[in-house]
Amino acid sequence: MTIRRHHDMGGLDAGSVDSSEHDYAMWEKRVDAIVKVLSTPERKLLSTDELRRGIEELGPGVYDELSYYERWISSATNILLEKGTITVDELATKMAEVEARWTKDRESAS
Amino acid sequence: MSAGRYHPGDRVRVREAFPPGHVRTPYFVRGCAGEVQECAGAYPNPEELAYGRDGKPDIPLYRVSFLQSEVWHGYDGPGADTIVIDIYEHWLEPAQ
Repeated sequence: MTIRRHHDMGGLDAGSVDSSEHDYAMWEKRVDAIVKVLSTPERKLLSTDELRRGIEELGPGVYDELSYYERWISSATNILLEKGTITVDELATKMAEVEARWTKDRESAS
Repeated sequence: MSAGRYHPGDRVRVREAFPPGHVRTPYFVRGCAGEVQECAGAYPNPEELAYGRDGKPDIPLYRVSFLQSEVWHGYDGPGADTIVIDIYEHWLEPAQ
């Protein structure tokens, strides 16, 4: 049985490539930094190979909808949960904390 | 460096395998025959590293050259055009 996995799309029609330059958003730089820090030889919490595998496992729909760094952070999150490095509850608590801080900052700025 | 079973000039064929997990051999080249250009060293198996294992023993990685016309049906560029792909030894078989 020949199964082509969704990400393995070399040679398929894909339209034109958007080659325009763009700046990275701060959150994208942060995602890059987080993945680098997780991957250092001292920590070894996440390898490039695991990151790639996690991106491939997002599934066809999600894979297409997410942007490059959204795929990165989704994969890194899933792998850290799998390994028990973080728990779902810790993640939820932290996300709520960051969101509250973010909302407060925006309100005080306006 | 050439520590593996294949050497520059050897004819090889990419295994026509379709495992469900993380693999490093593009779909489009599976089943194609090409020629080993060089061995690029031996590395931990990325298909194992992808699942958090150590990837040992190291596996030789080869640069393999394929005729574009072998890879793409109906390729209409110059007949001598090639594509070079890095392929791990366990994905290769000897070819005539």
